[in-house]
Amino acid sequence: MSAAVVETTYREALGQAIADAMAENDQVVVLGEEVGAYGGAYGVTRGLLERFGPDRVIDTPISEPGIVGTSVGMALEGLLPVAELMYVDFLAMAMDQLANQAAKIRYMFGGAASVPLVLRTQGGTGRSAAAQHSQSLEGWGAHVPGLRVALPATINDSYFLLRDAIRQPDPVLFIEHKGLYVKKGELGKQADAPWGRAHVSRAGQDVTIIAYSRMLDYALAAAEQLAEHGIETEVINLRTLNPLDEDTLAESVRRTHHAMVVTEAVLSFGPGAEIAARLHESCFDHLEEPVLRIAGEDVPIPVAPNLERASVPDADLIAAAACKLLRRGPQPDWD
Amino acid sequence: MPDPQLRDLYTAMRRIRSFEERVGELFVRGGSAGSMLHLSIGEEAAAAVCLLMRKGDSFTTHHRGHGICLARGGDPERMMAEIAGKRRGYCGGKGGSMHIADMQLGSLGANAIVGGGIPHSVGAAYAYKRAKAKRIAVAFFGDGAMQQGLLYESMNMAALWSLPVVFVCINNEYGMGTHISRAAAKMDFIPRARSFGLEAAAADGADAEAVMRTAKPLLADARKGQPALLVINCYRFFGHARMDKSPYRDDKEEKEGRKRDPVLRARAKLAKAKGAGAKLDKLDATIAAEMDAAVEAAIAADPPPADDLFTDVYGPNEPRPQAQRARLARILAEQ
Repeated sequence: MSAAVVETTYREALGQAIADAMAENDQVVVLGEEVGAYGGAYGVTRGLLERFGPDRVIDTPISEPGIVGTSVGMALEGLLPVAELMYVDFLAMAMDQLANQAAKIRYMFGGAASVPLVLRTQGGTGRSAAAQHSQSLEGWGAHVPGLRVALPATINDSYFLLRDAIRQPDPVLFIEHKGLYVKKGELGKQADAPWGRAHVSRAGQDVTIIAYSRMLDYALAAAEQLAEHGIETEVINLRTLNPLDEDTLAESVRRTHHAMVVTEAVLSFGPGAEIAARLHESCFDHLEEPVLRIAGEDVPIPVAPNLERASVPDADLIAAAACKLLRRGPQPDWD
Repeated sequence: MPDPQLRDLYTAMRRIRSFEERVGELFVRGGSAGSMLHLSIGEEAAAAVCLLMRKGDSFTTHHRGHGICLARGGDPERMMAEIAGKRRGYCGGKGGSMHIADMQLGSLGANAIVGGGIPHSVGAAYAYKRAKAKRIAVAFFGDGAMQQGLLYESMNMAALWSLPVVFVCINNEYGMGTHISRAAAKMDFIPRARSFGLEAAAADGADAEAVMRTAKPLLADARKGQPALLVINCYRFFGHARMDKSPYRDDKEEKEGRKRDPVLRARAKLAKAKGAGAKLDKLDATIAAEMDAAVEAAIAADPPPADDLFTDVYGPNEPRPQAQRARLARILAEQ
């Protein structure tokens, strides 16, 4: 393994995944706003136009429903579109084509058609982009049967999870995090886990913290803090919301008897609620405390950096919550 | 009959009329799956476009799409079975009247979101152009979709990329209960399309030969990469769907509107030839018998097995969603 690793970034690993998929399969095409000449609003598709030409790297008008709808038609006729939605917030514009069309076509046509498209987008806070450019809307996608939802957290995820997404027979909503693009790291030879499986990023016996996307890094940082107080934390990188790897989560929680789900997405009716409910169902007799949800505050994202930071969980909050849950280590004064 | 083109048009239109009349009968006899049945009686001249299309060309339709599917070679038995929600229907009884699709026929599906299928034809046309295939994609929709933003995104992209696509607006004057004069600020749709660089023409939907004459050069030019809009002006003879008794329009209007009958007009013209009357009677009887058989077969056919609820949500090799009872049993057994 050690000879195989390459220093790269989350952004470059994503671009590499697309380029390798395009080189491997002539049917893969990229389309979206600014994906070609500009190189992508966050630079992921840089260099693809020069390498693969304008008929495979297609700059589109600012027409989000049209981008996704055209991708559906391409996929129905055998192309493998990797479309980019510049911000996940714009999903509101394109939701009919994703949820009513792409996700339902196989089923409502009785299996006669498939729509293997990948809709890449990015979400999350961290750039003071305010209420319409900072949300975490993976729950919108995960509420739709027929639609896969993947969120890369690590360098390995950004390459291998995207390669796997492009190989799926079904539409995939692939949500990157704008705060992770500059993350540096080594790209391994293989994925941390097969498609649809979670990955235990850190092993521990005392509490299970389930996270994905940027919250994985925050959970790992919290685990470091907790270790100083003798608390051994198991951190699980969920990687995909659909498929949802309940087995890996339940196996861990049955050992640790304590669980927390951390999302940047707001609390109410969010992914954390679904995961917590499932753990309550599957691990009821093994839990010593309720499964805690640590989530974004139930507010639109504000622009002021201090307020923006306060709107989403951080490592300190996660660590403090774990201490309170376990009644060990320094107890936060939240009253 | 001396005029083979008109004979073919009449045959196609009579089959649609005959099919649609029996969809009504299927409903009355309790054989249809629900009342979401949108009949294309009065709109049969759209079959002229279908006769001009070639093998390999594809189409999408709106929710009122039985006639188009039939005229492109759809099997009336499988269509009727789908409308009845039966296993041998085109979608295995999971789509119904508004979602009949068959990739082999080039049907990329009927769509129940107004304008929803239009960009799929644009994406399909992109695939044909890229493959240098001499295929065209035809998007059929109603006048309601002329007021949907996605149509204009689609027209713009089709013209921007010189795609082999024809937009066909079947203007039956009504979007559900709203007359076009109450929905469109300007009722002349031709300048809208021309402003994007599309070719555009309108034809009288009471005259199938006129529709064919108007459509022919548009389809030929589309095949060379010049997209077009064809507007077929007709009248929706009956209500929006089965339960609609049209309280928003009066008998006088309906009586006048139903005079614009493309089927009877074509028949009257054909009947002028010596000895044609008997041949037409025989043709009508043959078609009626075919459609009667389709109704009986649909009523007699088996419903989909219960297990089909969970098939085709995802690709053929993917795990199926877990059934609720099995999930509950597992949870409760483990506690």
